[in-house]
Amino acid sequence: MTDNIYMPFLMRIEKVTYEAPGVKTFMLKFVNEEEKNKFTFKAGQFGEYSVYGVGESTFCIASSPTRQGYIECTFRQTGKVTNALSNCEEGSTIGFRGPYGNTFPIDEWKGKNLLFIAGGIALPPMRCVIWNALDLRENFKDVTIIYGARTVKDLVYKHELQDWERRKDVKLITTVDPGGESPDWKGEIGFVPTIVEKAAPSSKDTIAIVCGPPVMIKYTFPVLAKLGFSDESIYTTLENRMKCGFGKCGRCNVGKVYVCKDGPVFTAAQLKELPDEY
Amino acid sequence: MNIDKHIVRKDSLEKLFDILKQNSKTIYAPASKNGKISFGEAEKFSEIAAGYIQTTQSSKEVAFPRTEKLLAYSKNSEGISAKGINISEIPEIILWGVRPCDTTGIGELSAIFNWDYKDEIYNSRLSNVTVLGFSCSKADDYCFCTSVGGNPGNTEGSDILFTQLGEDGDYFAEILTEKGSVVVSLASGLFEKAGETKKEKFLADVPVRFKREEVREKLDKFFESEHWVEQSLKCLGCGACAYVCPTCACFDIQDEAHGKSGLRVRCWDSCGFSLFTLHTSGHNPREVQSQRWRQRIMHKFSYMPERLSVYGCTGCGRCSRACPADMNILEHLISIQEITV
Repeated sequence: MTDNIYMPFLMRIEKVTYEAPGVKTFMLKFVNEEEKNKFTFKAGQFGEYSVYGVGESTFCIASSPTRQGYIECTFRQTGKVTNALSNCEEGSTIGFRGPYGNTFPIDEWKGKNLLFIAGGIALPPMRCVIWNALDLRENFKDVTIIYGARTVKDLVYKHELQDWERRKDVKLITTVDPGGESPDWKGEIGFVPTIVEKAAPSSKDTIAIVCGPPVMIKYTFPVLAKLGFSDESIYTTLENRMKCGFGKCGRCNVGKVYVCKDGPVFTAAQLKELPDEY
Repeated sequence: MNIDKHIVRKDSLEKLFDILKQNSKTIYAPASKNGKISFGEAEKFSEIAAGYIQTTQSSKEVAFPRTEKLLAYSKNSEGISAKGINISEIPEIILWGVRPCDTTGIGELSAIFNWDYKDEIYNSRLSNVTVLGFSCSKADDYCFCTSVGGNPGNTEGSDILFTQLGEDGDYFAEILTEKGSVVVSLASGLFEKAGETKKEKFLADVPVRFKREEVREKLDKFFESEHWVEQSLKCLGCGACAYVCPTCACFDIQDEAHGKSGLRVRCWDSCGFSLFTLHTSGHNPREVQSQRWRQRIMHKFSYMPERLSVYGCTGCGRCSRACPADMNILEHLISIQEITV
């Protein structure tokens, strides 16, 4: 037998969590013990998740590498594969291949403040690095999380948001778009870039990690620049469409850069070098 | 290795074919079918097309089939089992009658499949192929190999390159690799030592129309340009150019289910399709045809040279011949070179 890179690991769905309308989290465990023991990944990496007979879909690994023995993914039910995934029940088997791509350089961030800014369904790609940092909490100074969604219902990881809210060593700011609030909403109301500007986190010794739809990223970067963040201290992940995950299938490139190989993690400085094609 | 130079008599070519068949070799050669010249398994020498300038499809299929099985799965009460492709079952093929613009394409395709991860399936297929190239004695207005580093008698990518010495002449055979020597050893009586032979005067005349290095330099400055809109106005986004291209490697991965079992396959795709880069959210980084056309040209003449140290175009001209809207890549490349800053 050969090492077929296209051959997924078989994963058992251990737990399904309903996060928001159309959004679910799967906790996945390796069917094969040997594969489980060999598997390693780092925060920021992604994989191809598949329903046999339907196809593959690309998401980040949403759990932290500090939590071993399983991985988690969070996805919104939108297309053919995510609909099929969504119909899978606890105990059923799906495919996973990965991990692919580069990682957040969390080791380089020791001794710094961390500012996480996420919008909507882009909290999952950041959750891995948030938990990675919180599990090594002593390595970092202040940890601030600013998270926004269209409506209160659309906020994902509601239980974890409550955890972070309660923690004394995390400052959490949640926001919803104007009109998306519920009567009992106690968080902020406004778009993420506006709320970042209002919160005005210090840029001193701070790394900002920004994940969101392209439009959110485009409007948040200038706000951070105004707050004094250098382009080298701002990180994001790009989420281009992919098929293979390792630089062959030809669709995730932004100019000469392959999101699957050179990314998905980029600094704002790196993004500025790229053409506007993401 | 030193290039061994031989002469194969005109009427010995058929004998060579027959000897290879007698040695149980599978031969893929161009045959004329329904008005197209396509590579396919040839049983008899007489099936091989003659006098063609170029095959309709490139020969890349032997290493990169349009649909490649990646795995087969089946579901049962105990769960799912999946099995990958068995590399040892990949057949050996002799590829007969390949033009130099396709043999050079092999190197460019291989660069894509071997930067970073070395694609095992592609490499296994390619390592089982012996390439018998045939120089071009004729060209048409679509041909431009000499503008992209090639020529009608280019030996690159061939294991043996045959050049016919005149319309009714014998064949000058350059034995270029070990695989080529194996073919010679099976039919050594047919390969006579060649004396001083100049093949150049028997090759097609393909004028140099532009310099690819100059196109590349221009592209560095022309990501944002009205030029892309002008060039792509006719483009239907049909993807035919990618399907006939000897170096296009973009693929899709799809599942084909048949009841409780099925296949996962990778199949040819095209950057010209609007769905190629479409995000689940509806956002599309290349939402209009001009961006997709730009990607096609940029990938071949800017990104590939920078990342892989090879260009992604051999000047075969197939994309222009195949285009239903009569877009002509040669004209477009010339006009890019002529852009003034």
